[in-house]
Amino acid sequence: MTTVTEERRSIRPVGLRTRISMAFAISGLILSVVLAGATMVLSREQFIEAREESAAAIAVNNAVRLNNQLTPDATVEDLPSMLDSLTSLEGSQPLVRLRADWLLAPEFGRGDIPGVLTALVEDGQPGQIRAIVAGRPQLVIGIPLPSFDAAYYVVVDLDGVADTLGSIRIILLSAGAATTLLGAVIGWWASRRTLRPLRRVSEAARAIAGGRLDTRLERQADPDLDNLVDSFNGMVEALETRIRRDARFASEVSHELRSPLMTLTTTVGVLEARRDQFSERSRTALDLLSQDLARFSRMVEDLLEISRFDAGAASLELTEINVSNFVHASLRVAHLDHVDVTDGFGGRPVMIDADKRRLARVMANLLGNATHHGGGLTGVFMERDSEVVRIGIDDDGPGVPASEREQIFDRFSRGSSAGRRGGTSGAGLGLSLVWEDVRLHAGRVWVEDRYDGGSGARFVIELPLPLDDPEAATT
Amino acid sequence: MMHVGTRILTVEDDERIRTAVRLALEDEGWEVEETANGEEALAAFTREPSDVVLIDIMLPGVDGFEVCRSIRRTSAVPIVMVTARSDTHDVVAGLEAGADDYLTKPFAPKELSARIRALLRRYRSSETMPATMHFDQLEIAPEEGVVRLAGIEVHLTRTEFQLLVELGQHAGKILSREDLLERVWGYDYFGDGRLVDVHVRRLRTKIEPDAANPRFVVTVRGMGYKLQP
Repeated sequence: MTTVTEERRSIRPVGLRTRISMAFAISGLILSVVLAGATMVLSREQFIEAREESAAAIAVNNAVRLNNQLTPDATVEDLPSMLDSLTSLEGSQPLVRLRADWLLAPEFGRGDIPGVLTALVEDGQPGQIRAIVAGRPQLVIGIPLPSFDAAYYVVVDLDGVADTLGSIRIILLSAGAATTLLGAVIGWWASRRTLRPLRRVSEAARAIAGGRLDTRLERQADPDLDNLVDSFNGMVEALETRIRRDARFASEVSHELRSPLMTLTTTVGVLEARRDQFSERSRTALDLLSQDLARFSRMVEDLLEISRFDAGAASLELTEINVSNFVHASLRVAHLDHVDVTDGFGGRPVMIDADKRRLARVMANLLGNATHHGGGLTGVFMERDSEVVRIGIDDDGPGVPASEREQIFDRFSRGSSAGRRGGTSGAGLGLSLVWEDVRLHAGRVWVEDRYDGGSGARFVIELPLPLDDPEAATT
Repeated sequence: MMHVGTRILTVEDDERIRTAVRLALEDEGWEVEETANGEEALAAFTREPSDVVLIDIMLPGVDGFEVCRSIRRTSAVPIVMVTARSDTHDVVAGLEAGADDYLTKPFAPKELSARIRALLRRYRSSETMPATMHFDQLEIAPEEGVVRLAGIEVHLTRTEFQLLVELGQHAGKILSREDLLERVWGYDYFGDGRLVDVHVRRLRTKIEPDAANPRFVVTVRGMGYKLQP
């Protein structure tokens, strides 16, 4: 199991933003490589040709000047001083043939001059040829000087161009790296801009999931995004309509049920006033009728209340409530005043802002639950800290298994203990209403084991204390 | 029977509910006059005022609020309003239209008769009347059942009057909403505090020189109300 998760983690897909940045970076890299390559090739040719041209021009010029300086009786020994006065191109070395003698360059011999060129020159034609001489690319130019049976050769080093090309290569490489980096940065920035509308969409979706169904995306001044905005809003609209229709349906059904319920409740009341006049059998029937009518009434009320929560129409009618008075009054109303109340308030009044009607329903539900399904109420406790007040209700039942502690607050959920519940069990909406009511007060409700080790369950309601609570201020 | 001669006017457009309510009220020994809409109800009340009026807020034509207001213009009769829901502003609107108390559908006949009995008890409480009280220009005379401000009689509903008498009897002391609900309306701890708030508000518009800055009935935040002697 663990390895599967790890594997999954290792092949976790790369985020869209990273992918976009990478795509931009790779594009930048490819573009700069292609451009740099082309630049290198072209500029290499350019440089070499330029060098060849200038070398050829200088060579012709030098040959003409050498021709002017030569005399019919000049020997090879005279040549060095003549050559010194000629224009010298850096990296070039002249070789001269005078009749049968050669003035050679320090690095080259006559064998280094390609035969094709010698043949051409001896034929009386000037020529030039690129060749690898002494292991390096060289340009060899040959010009015949027929008046003196001589020939002027010059070997021009083309490798010097490589230095220039090297610097260009460094520049191009840095430019390529910079372009790649810039591509990544632009990709990051562009994806951020592109994804920004998506972030708004995700925020809106979260808000809708959180119950704010009237959330809509605003249209932006961007026709490309308006499409997304429109379809998103359309989807939410449809969703909202459906949810509202469902909620309205429940609410309308409950309302429709109220009129016949009203008649039933009243007439059963009239019959009950005449109980004494009925036979035993009729009395039993009347009892069944009135008990189930009460159950039915409560169910309709609960359903109506739940649908109000679903429609987002539930609101709080806040008043200041003394928690201790409230708990004792709740017990009194439920005829449970004999039950022990553990008061952890230290005799100081604890006031909360709450909806008395809703909180009374919460208490009635939990107390009724303990009485009817929890084997009887065994105790109630109240405690507070600096921020919240907690009311706990203990019963003597079998408790609630840990696996069901959350789902018992679901609608119509009865858990496995349903079978143990008596014939008067509610509709299964009671605890979900408790949960909704407490949540509306920004509080929490949960069930746990009793602290005293008893087998029963302890339901705890936790409600926030008002910010101006005197003890909250000191702690 | 204790309530013989007590007449109750009911306004309810659903015939079956109307009949059921009549049966329940007649069982209490009260005489019931049924009407099906606001116009009928107002005509019946003008013809012969009843001792209690029971009004359903949801009526075709003239609605329950308007019936309430029309009756209030001429009479201090106790009015019980029937609403569909308790958490809407219907309740506050009904109380502001002049209703003394309210019930939410569906209610048991016992609840209804308990409410009506509480209103009638106040209406007819005549045994141990407290003595006349004076606070500045304000004179409360329980025996006479009148309140005077600078010698001029102020028209209060029975509930407003009862509320003022309770506050006057405990002048200078704070009465919580729960205290007032129990003393004036006969409710337990879980009565609706809005009954007290709306009635205090209405009372102030009648007896206070400046309802926004009350001289007599002051609010003690988080505690309740008191009459300042």
